[in-house]
Amino acid sequence: MSMRERVRGLGPTAAALLGLAQLVTPAASQTAAETRLGVGKPVTEVELGAYFSIPPSGKGLPAGHGSAKEGAVVFQEHCAACHGEKLQGNMAPGIGADRLIGGRGSLASETPIKTTESYWPYATTLFDYIKRAMPFSSPGSLTDDQVYAVVAYILSEGHVIKTDETIDATTLPKVRMPNRDGFIPDARPELSLYR
Amino acid sequence: MPVQHAPPPPVEDEACPCRDGMFAPRGADRRRFLFAAGSGVAMGLSTGRARAEDNPPAGARSFDVPDDPTKEQGRAVGADGGYGSRSQFERAVRVRYPTPNENTSWSLTPLAALVGNLTPSALHFERHHGGIPTIDPDRHSLVVHGMVGTPKRFSMDDLRRLPSVTRKHFIECSGNGLTEWKKPTLKTVQGTHGLLSTSEWTGVLFATLAREVGLAEGGAWVLAEGADAAVMTRSIPLEKLLKDGIIAYGQNGEAIRPEQGYPVRLLLPGYEGNTHIKWLRRLEVSDKPFMTREETSKYTDLMADGRARQFSLDMDAKSVITFPSGEMRLPGPGVYNVTGFAWSGRGRVQSVDVSVDAGKTWYPAYLGSAPEPMCTVRFTFPWSWDGTPAVLQSRCVDETGYVQPTRQQLLAIRGDHGPSASIYHLNAIQSWAVASTGEVSNVHA
Ligand code: HEC
Repeated sequence: MSMRERVRGLGPTAAALLGLAQLVTPAASQTAAETRLGVGKPVTEVELGAYFSIPPSGKGLPAGHGSAKEGAVVFQEHCAACHGEKLQGNMAPGIGADRLIGGRGSLASETPIKTTESYWPYATTLFDYIKRAMPFSSPGSLTDDQVYAVVAYILSEGHVIKTDETIDATTLPKVRMPNRDGFIPDARPELSLYR
Repeated sequence: MPVQHAPPPPVEDEACPCRDGMFAPRGADRRRFLFAAGSGVAMGLSTGRARAEDNPPAGARSFDVPDDPTKEQGRAVGADGGYGSRSQFERAVRVRYPTPNENTSWSLTPLAALVGNLTPSALHFERHHGGIPTIDPDRHSLVVHGMVGTPKRFSMDDLRRLPSVTRKHFIECSGNGLTEWKKPTLKTVQGTHGLLSTSEWTGVLFATLAREVGLAEGGAWVLAEGADAAVMTRSIPLEKLLKDGIIAYGQNGEAIRPEQGYPVRLLLPGYEGNTHIKWLRRLEVSDKPFMTREETSKYTDLMADGRARQFSLDMDAKSVITFPSGEMRLPGPGVYNVTGFAWSGRGRVQSVDVSVDAGKTWYPAYLGSAPEPMCTVRFTFPWSWDGTPAVLQSRCVDETGYVQPTRQQLLAIRGDHGPSASIYHLNAIQSWAVASTGEVSNVHA
């Protein structure tokens, strides 16, 4: 006789109680003994090497290097078609690529212009973003040297670094962006709304 | 805008003249309502008397319409292949905002067409930075690493094996309404508020995963990363993830839709939409935020003094009337059931007030269901319109006591200096003007 049949023979309340007891007792002891369920497979350092996310400290920046001169070549070949020969951006249909330089000093004006030069607080973000998401038509296709080089080119065109500086894992985190101190914590809920 | 002056062709048996006035006309191309200057082209309303239409609405299949459905057999059971579709008479669709690039763009939920509180998954708003990826769940996994005891990879099967929660929450893009700061711009509530949707989400609490990997001392932020072409990343406070973050694989009773992050996304109740990383493939625990492009260049709020607010994550309390709303026309004086949505990223909706005189006097609205935390609630307000011009507004108060502000109040704090300044987090009271003709339009009152 199956469990189900046996339960059916009892009154409804007894059946409910029996069912409950059957379920609760083993589960309860299991919970008390161990809250970790042991699901998921440990990953190795090698597997984690497939991922990156570069914070302002530069932790995780790969080996390699690049200069603005090399970056100019990378930019013309892989970026200019969308972002423009002069990094001026292009809002044409099908493109919609941001302007990358200029706008410094405009943030408090009536017409703020937000670019990597005028707005971005960290140069490390440039490396991280270009390596992960650009060129838009073929994301993640550049070598680390090419990314370093094109970052150097964008920074140099924006007069953030000198044209002859080399960018690598040591120098990039040291680059001070013009708007480094331009960010403040969220002020909401805004207190004046409670007056 | 000839759209509102061009009524659909008359339909014989629709005696009620209010039909097209109360609701957006069925045959209309919604795109024109939102953005276009309008051409005088007649609306493509098909009366659907007999023959199946060649072009059924998105998500529907077209069938011949019998004169009398009681006099012939309907369609065979199972003829739909086992997955149903909506009626061919239902035409509400998401509309893409005309950004230059279709892969980094957004589409808006047709709020005025929604019934009840949940958004059908197929109408949930979208915002993608690199298009919609196609992901085989058998090849997808979520890696949790960084400041943890044992870094681990969770397959979709692993995630489904863990205890799950099912909760209703809204998601709102922080850019919802960004066109409306300076002047009333988009015509309909789909345009002004359509970056808002509500679903029942199912998944594993982050807290459950945290126990599986073990958290190391000092962890404070978690990077969430998507498996799309943008490899979209945001840093999330660990505290938030431990409080109510969900690794969600279910939406409204089935697998999450591809546009919503299939097979798995992050759900952060009450946080701005872009943090709910879709196609989630990685969570990295750290002591500091990573300062990704999406939390520096974008999704920061530039104030008038040139400084920008960063990590403005909570969505403030907000509400909007969806009926009557922009581009509708009331057929004449009479009683109307004013209705809309209210929500707050900081908890439950406490109450909703409605005004018909541009905020001079307020009346309590009726809430259609018990408010749930970080979830929309539908409100209704029976209004007897005397045919004179009116300005309809709604105002949400959440359980923290926060009262939805006016646009002027927000501008006084955040400044008003150009379209690329503070564009996010507009939660101001919305005004719809009802003219004596019954025409409803978006106004700043
Ligand atoms: C096919 C067009 C295209 C190409 C080629 C392209 N980009 Fe982009 N880029 C875009 C688009 C579109 C965006 C905006 C993406 C978004 O909205 O998420 C963008 C955004 C950016 C941004 C962020 C700007 C900001 O202010 O947030 C940077 C930096 C950038 N691109 C650098 C590059 C570099 C460097 C290359 C060459 C290696 C490149 N792009 C190639 C289209 C392109």
